[in-house]
Amino acid sequence: MNGVHDMGGLHGFGPIRPETGEPVFHQAWEQDVFASVIALMAQGVYNLDEFRHAVERIGAAHYLDSSYYDHWLSAAELVLCEKGLIDPAELDRRIADIKADPDAHARPPAGDADPLAEALTQGLQAGLPAHREVAAGPRFAVGDRVVTNNLQPPGHIRLPAYVRDKPGVVVMTHGAHVLPDTHAHGGDESPAHLYTVRFDGDRVWGETAADRPAANHVDLWEPYLSPA
Amino acid sequence: MSDHHHDHGHHPHPISDVQARARALESLLRDKGLLTPGAVDTLVSAYEQDIGPLNGAKVVARAWTDPDYKQRLLEEGSGAIRELGFGGLQGEHMVVVENTPEVHNVVVCTLCSCYPWPVLGLPPVWYKSAPYRSRVVREPRAVLAEFGTELGDDVAIRVWDSSAEIRYLVLPERPAGTEHLSEEELAGLVTRDAMIGVQKVEAPA
Repeated sequence: MNGVHDMGGLHGFGPIRPETGEPVFHQAWEQDVFASVIALMAQGVYNLDEFRHAVERIGAAHYLDSSYYDHWLSAAELVLCEKGLIDPAELDRRIADIKADPDAHARPPAGDADPLAEALTQGLQAGLPAHREVAAGPRFAVGDRVVTNNLQPPGHIRLPAYVRDKPGVVVMTHGAHVLPDTHAHGGDESPAHLYTVRFDGDRVWGETAADRPAANHVDLWEPYLSPA
Repeated sequence: MSDHHHDHGHHPHPISDVQARARALESLLRDKGLLTPGAVDTLVSAYEQDIGPLNGAKVVARAWTDPDYKQRLLEEGSGAIRELGFGGLQGEHMVVVENTPEVHNVVVCTLCSCYPWPVLGLPPVWYKSAPYRSRVVREPRAVLAEFGTELGDDVAIRVWDSSAEIRYLVLPERPAGTEHLSEEELAGLVTRDAMIGVQKVEAPA
């Protein structure tokens, strides 16, 4: 998807503004959003790639004009309504109820026994590995010269535009990993070999670009690559 | 926070739009049995209390003091990091890249906000922001300078864009003059920003 989320190399966003002594969460509502999104993923309501793609689809203007956890909130609303787990009218009613009475539907204190909390503790430790065993061997080896394909699908893809249709060299192989392109659209894992590809900064940004890096590295699946 | 809302009585809406939307989502999920208060507390406290850059600092300090460990860490990051008890969500496939006098590595996620949670915790706002994501791949030296990091022209900068589920941790250079420090003291010098690659580790003054 050629979206505003694909930010590598764009001009015009100004200086970086690090915050000294930054808290993990700035406001309590961010905690609720973070926990909601992770708990739903851990329970398999949606997968990580579906969620990432939902973030890409919250609306370009909103994406650029809202905070990070607002992205997550907007994406959760979108994907839960699309999956029919929440009815949009029900969500609107609930928001209106809370605006009318800010104490409405407040989160009560945690109970003693909480199987979901226990499962999540274990889930954080286990993670969600993306590596899969496949019969087919990798098409490319470390040192191979490749070129990225000119792929511009309307759906989810993890080929950043700044390295699209560019030559590079494989510097790491990672075995087969879940392919986000299909996983985000219906959950088919379609595991494909994953590579770290090194791109010469001169080729990516132009030999006259001031301050270009020596090399950009991007992790790319086999369907994104052709032999050079 | 909600029990302080009467302090803001002059506001027509004592709860903001985004606060109301977050509460609506969280409470509907509770109603549907997909979320519990204990689950929220568990996830929040994991990243506020337990999982943060101190984990990564311990990995770096071990690598600085144990050459065999450093070799394992650079060859197979996830396994070596798991030796110290760290791993799991958003750190399932770790790769560690080493800074040297000739090469400086820096990590970004241009497409979203991928970050090695088990060793660094949740990312700071600037890491997730448009300025960092757009610029560090194109003009890393200028970005590093904004973090106070000046690199010589002879240093090659390598940028790592976490576009898949590989998560990168930078192994910073051990600063000179720290030979007398213990592993624990060394860990105390290692900053989050050095492990992202926007800063160097400084020797204690």
